[in-house]
Parts: sequence; structure tokens; C-alpha cells
Amino acid sequence: MTYEAVIGLEVHVQLKTRSKMFTRAAAGYGLPENTLTDPVVLALPGTLPVMNKEALDKIIKAGLLLGCEIARVCKWDRKNYFYPDSPKNYQISQYDQPLCKGGSVEIELPGPARNVMGEHKRIELTRIHLEEDVGKLNHGEGVSLVDFNRAGTPLMEIVSEPVIRSADEAFAYLTALKTLMIYGGISDCDMEKGQLRCDANISIRPAGSTTLGTKVELKNLNSISFVRDGIAHEVCRQTAVVESGGRVVQETRDYDGQTGTSQSLRSKEMAHDYRYFPDPDLMPVEVGEDWKAAIRATCPELPFDRQRRLLEQYSVPYTITSVLVPDRELGDFFEEAARLCGKPQAAGNWIANDLLRELGAAKVGLSDSKVRPAHVAGLVRLVEEGAILSNAAKEVFIEMFHTGEAPEAVVARKGLKAETNLGDLERWCAEAIAANPKSVSDYKGGKESALNAFKGPVMRAAKGKADPKRVDEMLRRLLAS
Amino acid sequence: MAAGEVSSLELMASVIARTRAVDGRVQAFNSFDAEGALAQARASDARRARAKAAGSPVGPLEGIPVGIKDVISVAGQPLTASSRMLKDFVSPYDATVTRKLKEAGAICWGRLNLDEFAMGSSTENSAFRVTSNPWDLERVPGGSSGGSAAAVAAGEAIAALGSDTGGSIRQPAALCNLVGLKPSYGRVSRYGLIAFASSLDQIGPFARSVEDAALVLRAIAGHDPKDSTSLKMEVPDYLGGIEALRRSGRPWKLGIPKEYFGEGLDPEIGAAVQGAIDAYRGMGCEIREVSLPHTRYAIGAYYIIATAECSSNLARFDGVRYGHRSKDAKDALDLYFKSRAEGFGPEVKRRIILGTYVLSSGYYDAYYLRAQKVRTLIRRDFLEAYKQVDAIVTPTSPTPAFKKGEKAADPLAMYLSDIYTIGVNLAGLPGVSIPCGFTKGGLPIGLQVIGQPFKETELLAIAGAYEAGADWLGRHPTL
Repeated sequence: MTYEAVIGLEVHVQLKTRSKMFTRAAAGYGLPENTLTDPVVLALPGTLPVMNKEALDKIIKAGLLLGCEIARVCKWDRKNYFYPDSPKNYQISQYDQPLCKGGSVEIELPGPARNVMGEHKRIELTRIHLEEDVGKLNHGEGVSLVDFNRAGTPLMEIVSEPVIRSADEAFAYLTALKTLMIYGGISDCDMEKGQLRCDANISIRPAGSTTLGTKVELKNLNSISFVRDGIAHEVCRQTAVVESGGRVVQETRDYDGQTGTSQSLRSKEMAHDYRYFPDPDLMPVEVGEDWKAAIRATCPELPFDRQRRLLEQYSVPYTITSVLVPDRELGDFFEEAARLCGKPQAAGNWIANDLLRELGAAKVGLSDSKVRPAHVAGLVRLVEEGAILSNAAKEVFIEMFHTGEAPEAVVARKGLKAETNLGDLERWCAEAIAANPKSVSDYKGGKESALNAFKGPVMRAAKGKADPKRVDEMLRRLLAS
Repeated sequence: MAAGEVSSLELMASVIARTRAVDGRVQAFNSFDAEGALAQARASDARRARAKAAGSPVGPLEGIPVGIKDVISVAGQPLTASSRMLKDFVSPYDATVTRKLKEAGAICWGRLNLDEFAMGSSTENSAFRVTSNPWDLERVPGGSSGGSAAAVAAGEAIAALGSDTGGSIRQPAALCNLVGLKPSYGRVSRYGLIAFASSLDQIGPFARSVEDAALVLRAIAGHDPKDSTSLKMEVPDYLGGIEALRRSGRPWKLGIPKEYFGEGLDPEIGAAVQGAIDAYRGMGCEIREVSLPHTRYAIGAYYIIATAECSSNLARFDGVRYGHRSKDAKDALDLYFKSRAEGFGPEVKRRIILGTYVLSSGYYDAYYLRAQKVRTLIRRDFLEAYKQVDAIVTPTSPTPAFKKGEKAADPLAMYLSDIYTIGVNLAGLPGVSIPCGFTKGGLPIGLQVIGQPFKETELLAIAGAYEAGADWLGRHPTL
């Protein structure tokens, strides 16, 4: 019997806001313990939460980008449970009225080859709601310390329907979701900083069945690759259990990405009773059409829509678009350069290959790059006009990258200008033809390769500064006459 | 003080002297900082002198010592909620009302005793002391703001702040011959008030006259960006408004709810309240009987909503960040169990357990949700009545001050102490208790006037109209 996997993901995304969810204390990462706190974060007696509008703006934006239905009223509930990383021992969250319902994430599965677009699919969402993050426990010997810097950071929980069918789909889902969040300026989604966290609910069933098997929750999936590997591992494990006549036990398992193994954290736990009730400290907030419209106006084109447009509008290859599109700024950079030079394919090549290579080597981000779209466009034009040769162009690019000079300035300073005096070129070509009558007759007799015999002398005469393409054209023209 | 006859320093010094003289018997204060208060008084005198030199006016609260219930935060001062849990806790920030009082020039004076976490009606639930009623030291001052009431009644403060969740300002005011005002829910910021039941709690003043209460309310009211349940609404000049209404000679229409005069009402209180109603009639007010049919469900709904909210609000007291931490805890769970077992008193535990129960899965709909529906009906009763009348007049408390220990062992009897006051909290209305007589035994009796949402001016004008024709406030306890 063959089995199919049924996977649902719960993804937590920290919103990129200046301050925390319910107070003005700054949100941030990597600062000394308990410095991003105030009386509200620490839940000192008498303190009250006040909603951060920026966080609400961002979840609404996420909901709009994902095609969710946005609730008319934003309502808050308390989720009551005791844990030392939770300052109030309740978490302000959204229980029965999540801000966003439905919606979907478009994903791209791996294609048959690197340069071929893979199948696209939509993963439906159940809901997205907003809550506050908790602090962090640091366990030492005989003592545990709590750092509340993270506590109160706005956190969005995105719950997918159990419609993911493979580890690859889960990987594609998280990749697409992350790209979209970064595109919308909603989150930086840095998993190492805990800005994106994922738990997976996994079960298997006989292929074609419509009932659900016993699910296992997989935790600690702290990179997108680990999510894929952990799910693949869990699906294999469950299949092996079932095929050997056993039953899958409902439990929570901890996946170790380093060793590729998992172990049970707790078996079917006692159902938590979170005693949800509406938070009396926070008034429900109406999300009016004007508010939504204002946010909609700031929504960017979705990444996959943009990729389709780039393919069509600029005829750039799929491989180039799949490099340019996931990074919104890089895509903008490309479109600006393409607009300035009118040669999108050449601009795309320079950006996707040379620029990214140099940025990577120098460990510099695009926003700090000295090369701007106008530089790339200028360089493309110089090559196109034959003003410089492609070898020289590579040198010009690296020079621009380090100095930020205009390409024309680099060419002038380094004397890289191609020989373009047509009079000289014609004379050198005529001399080379006159000096080699045998090759002339070979060429005229149909031996195409005979043309190469003239090129060496021409290049020597030009001291290497002649454009091979133009030399080729000139020789053919003279020989044809 | 405006005439320069008395300085704030002299006033403060005399209040301190009075406190030192009588508080051994009254036990209204958990603590006070005499030096700090004197320093504030000196600063106030300096401000007054500067203002005088500049020809600019000072506010009416300039240099006035206002006592603060020990559940409202004052930066740098203890904030105990009269609980072992916060016995050594010093709050690092000012509540919004505290900040506003300071900005108005008032002196935040002392930390006044209460039932632990404001849960109780006698102030006997304090972990530290049992406050006495200045009118009879054998008796309770009411609660939970019993320390605030006793301090003002005994002359240990000119006015005081309390908090009222189910009657915790009005009932002790009634038992101590004071004016005690619970403003409309959302009129005064709760930021810095240790939450008992967030949807019911409201801070308000104790004072020796309606006028003083109006002045304190004016200072503390208003929208606060730190409390999203505080309403964005202009704060009127209450005193000016009251005076304008008095001059207009408008005859008030007052409602008498029959449900508030039934079984359990002490006959002497019934008679005194009837006397007040007659006085209103004598002034030309129209008296109408009204019905608040859901009144009998109020106590049940109240104890579900209040305990549910408190079970969650008090979860933060866990011994991890501040407050009492058990020395014997072995792990995190044990730390919670032991710290909370040692830190909370029996009434607080009872309410946390009750609240946890009513919110539990499977019970939520039957209790919490139903209680919220009852709450809506109770509010509707009042709003229906206000189509006919301007305000509603009732007794504040079914009994006068009772003896210490008399109801301490019977929580239900104690809960009934708030039977006339909790509807006001459930409905979010403003309510004031004003003195309306004494029992034969010399115990004060309070009259409750219940107003329409955010119409504190009218409410205080109506209360003031009775006060002007009565002399109960002229009486003082002998200590």
C-alpha cells in the first residue's frame, strides 16, 4: 500500500515594528538581557496594555497580500497559562475571532531542471492571528534566568490547512511565505533570530483515503531546510511504524537537524485548558474600509506575479528572474537598470551574475552597493555601442563596484576604450586580405573558417582594441565586394 | 491657604500629627512617608508663593494632602495591595491618577489599608491590619477601601483615593459618614491601579463634601493613552457645572427602584433613606418608582465576572519577577504553588479558584458568557429607567457598620453587603454615596445616588442639593 502525508504548518512570524505589541518599549534582538523592558513588559502591578497600531497595520497587510478575509473588528482574548517566560502568566492573543481568515500562499515546487520553472500550487490558510511573544529562558547550573527582551514582541501566527502533501511542498510554502513577508516589509523572517518559527503537524494515510490519521507535532524546526528534512524523516518514520503493523502515537516530537533524528517530547498530553476570555483591558478596534484601503495602497506586487511579468515584459530567462525576484530591492534595481538602458537581458545578466558575486565576496548588502542601476545601464550601453569590449567591461564593472565611479570615467581613466575608428579598421582589414590571397579564395570557395586567418593580423594591428564582432563584419563586407 | 492664613506645610504637619495621634487606634495606614510629605508641602508653598508673585492662580488642590489606597501606584513608594505577596514591593512608576494629583499640586499622602487586592467589604481581609471605623472602633469601616474612608473620617487626610469594583468606595463612605464617588467606567484612568476586575474597577475620591469630591474628580479624570478603556471625552468643570445647575433651579426627577428596598434592608437605614427622599420631594423634585427587574441576578453575575477577571489578573503574582517568592521551591511549578500559597490570603484564593472554575472549558458558556448577558440586561434596566428619571436614589449599604469578625467567617453574608452597589459597576454608571443620617446607635448611614453614564455633573448636583439641606457632614467622630 502507498501512503500519502497530510501536513499542516503553524508558522510564527515576528512583526517588524519599532515598539512592542502593547507598549512603547522598543522591539529588537541581540541586546543585553532585560534591556528592552518597561513596567508593562514586566507586568508590574497596575500596568495596562495599549495596542500598537503599526502591528495591526502589518498583520492587515499580510492578510491582504495573502487574500484573507479581514475581520471587521479586532478583538483580543487572554490565553491563560503559567510559564516563567510569560510575564503576566497570560498571553494576549486572538481566540475565536482571528483578524484574518482564509487566504492562500502560492508556492513553486522544484522544477525538472534548475532552469525550468516548477509546478505552482496554492496552499490554503485557515487563519492568521496576532499575539504577543514571550521571553526566553536561559538555563544554567541549578538556576534558570529569564530574559524578557523578546516578551511582548508582536507575533503573527499563520495556520495552514492540512493540505501540504510533502516535505518539498512544506519547504516551498515556507520559502514563499518568507519572501512575501519580506516583500511586504512585514517581517525580516530571520530564523536564526527567531523571527520565523515553524511547527508541523504530520500524519499519514493510505493514498486516496479522506480520513485523517493520528497526527504528530514536530517542534524545533529551526531552519527551512530542517523543516523539510524533519518532515521527510517523520513521514518515513510513520510509514515504517504502520508498515510493521504498529500504530502511530499522538505525541509531540523534537527534531534534531544536526543528527537528522527525532525523539518524543511528550505523548498525548493532557489537553490544555487555556481559559480563554475577552481581554477586558483592550477595547475591540474596528477595522474600517478606509483603513484597509490605505494599507492596500502600500501593498507591493506579489513575488510570483512579478516573476511572471518579468518573464513576459522583459523576456529575461527564468533562472535570472528566480534570482532577481525573491529580493524585492534587487528586482527594483533590475527594473530601474532595464528601464535606463533598454536592454533588460544584458542588465539582468550583469545584476544576477556580476553584481551578486561581488556583493557576496565583499559581504555588502544591495542597499550599500556603490554600483547603482545607472552604473549598470551605462555599462550595458557602452558594450552595446562597442565602446568597450566584453573583457574590458568585466574590469570596468569591478572597478565601479569598488569606487562607485561612472563606467565612462573608469574607461577613460584606465584607457579601456575600444578602437572604433572605422577608417583604421577598414585599412587593417584590407591589408590583411591583400596579404593572404589563398585564404581569400578559400573563403570565396565556401570555406567559412578561412575568415579566421585574417583576424589575427587585424587584431595585432589594432593592438587588441578592436571589437571582434566588428572585425568579423568588416571582413565579410570587404570580401563580399 | 489662598488667603495665606495656613501654609501647606502647616496643614501637612497637622495631618501628620493627627495621624500619629489616632492611627494607632484607627489603623488606616499601611505606611506613610512623613518627611517626603513635608518636602512636598514645602515645594507646594514655594509654588504658591511664586504664583502669587507672578499674579497667576493656583489650582484648588494645591498643597492638599490626599491619601492613596495602597493599590494605586506612587513612584518610589510601597505598593502592597495589603497582601503578603507584595509586602516589600516598591513601585517604580506613578499611576496616571497619582501623576495628575501631583500635577494639580496635591500631596500624595500615605498608603491606605484595604482588603487584600481590594477583595472584601470590611478591610478585615488585609494581611497587615484590621482598620477600625472611627465612629466605633469595634466596628469595620467597610471595604475594600476601608483605610481611605477611615483616614478621611478620622482627619488623617483631607481627601483620599479609593477604588470601587463592586462598591468599595461607596460602601465604606456610607459606613464612615463621607462622600464617596465611583465615576463612570472609563472616566478615570486605571493605569497604575492594581487590577482586581478590569471591566469593573474604577478609581474615585473620598471627601468630606460633594464639592471636594468634584474637585478631586476634576483633577484625576480624563482620557489616558496608557489605558485604552479610558474614554476620549472632555473633562468638564464639575464645580462650575454643579453651580450652574443649582442656579437653574431645575427640578430633578428621581427614581426609586422598588427592588432596592426589600428584604435584608435594615429598618433604620430604610427610614433614613426615606427621609432623604422626602427631603428631595420637599425641594420640588419629582419622585417616581422605577423597576430594575434584573437586580436579583446582579450578585451572581458580579461574582462570576469579577472572579473570572481576577483569576487572570492575579496570575502575574508568581514570585518570578517581584513580590513574595517561596524559599522552599524546588522547581518552577513548585515556585508557583508555594509562592502563591504563602503570598495570598484566603479570600483572594477563594476568588481565584472560583474565577478559574467559571472560565474552565465546558463551563465558560454556562457561567461567564451568561453573566455577561445578565450584565447587559442590568445595564439595559438602568438605561430604561433613565428614560423617565434623571437619577436613581437607593440606600448604599443594607446595614450600618458591622462588628469586626461578625461576617468574616461567612463570605456570602459579606458579599450581600454590596447588594445595592454592584449593579452600578456592572452597568458602568457613576454612583455616589452621601451621608443621610445616623442610627440610634450613632452609626452613619449612606444614601446612594446613581447617575447616567458620564453625567457626573448632574449626579453631583443632585447629591449636592440634598447635602446643602442636611448637616450630617458637620458631625465628626470623637477619637
